[in-house]
Amino acid sequence: MAWNSLSEFFAMGGYGLYVWGSVGATAVLMAGEVLGLAARRRAALPSGRRKRP
Amino acid sequence: MNKRSNAGRYAGRAARRLRWSTLAAPSAFFPVAGKLAWVFALAAAVLIAAGAWIGFVLAPTDHQQGDAYRIIFVHVPAAWMSMVIYLAMAFWAAVGLVFHTRLASMLASALAPTGALFTVLALWTGALWGKPTWGAWWVWDARLTSELILLFLYLGFIALQGAIGDVRRADRAGALLALVGVINVPIIYFSVRWWNTLHQGASVSLSGGSSMAATMLVGMLLCALGFWAYSIAVALARVRCMLLEREGDAEWVRRAAGTKPKVRIATPLGA
Repeated sequence: MAWNSLSEFFAMGGYGLYVWGSVGATAVLMAGEVLGLAARRRAALPSGRRKRP
Repeated sequence: MNKRSNAGRYAGRAARRLRWSTLAAPSAFFPVAGKLAWVFALAAAVLIAAGAWIGFVLAPTDHQQGDAYRIIFVHVPAAWMSMVIYLAMAFWAAVGLVFHTRLASMLASALAPTGALFTVLALWTGALWGKPTWGAWWVWDARLTSELILLFLYLGFIALQGAIGDVRRADRAGALLALVGVINVPIIYFSVRWWNTLHQGASVSLSGGSSMAATMLVGMLLCALGFWAYSIAVALARVRCMLLEREGDAEWVRRAAGTKPKVRIATPLGA
């Protein structure tokens, strides 16, 4: 374990903005892709298709 | 029926099932891709969780870069995947172009958005790493510029296919673009060796091994494998969406989706 406390972990030795900005963007984009695909699948299923005019 | 003919029948059935080309039929591929997508998604979740734990919690602080170096655990896997996915995309596009297999072309198209996503992430995390270590978000250095060109190749591929209405023509045009662009991948990879760049050289290479501490290396490789599994899972899920969209009226889609066609019973009163 490289950290003594949770606040130390979040601070990342003063580079928190850079490190969490990287991790956050990665998590958001990957989660967004998965959610987008789930929505696309629902819309493409025969049950989803019927709802459209 | 005697034993022997029974055995022969089963052997024949097994042989038929094992022929890989049967998987090229969308109706056969669809359920297999669905199961595989879940397997790879599960593998991705486990690998990324383990890699992130090692990278962000267990790995020691770097004595030169402090904790800014931890960006490596997302930056390098994303950059690797941006190149690996491009190669996979070009491969499937070429297979579709040469053998006229629709499914191969669909795989190429399904990989493109995920490849573009990882290219954006490689550039974004690279900028966030460059600022504290180089003092600049961006420099026009060979590695960064060729990675930016990779993003334009992905976006060009997606835009080109979107602009062509006829699906098979879009597949062929996209394949040509993807194949021409393959030249950019070795340029990205070797740019740090061919040119004098600000970007550091490879931390891990096939010939020279690794220059990283073991804990850092394990964390990074786990994250990279996790991103790889994620890419496969997402691409398979996207191919399934494309199959549903393109062949949604076919009988096999209704069967695969588990929905029965609605039967309307006409009544004399019309109710």
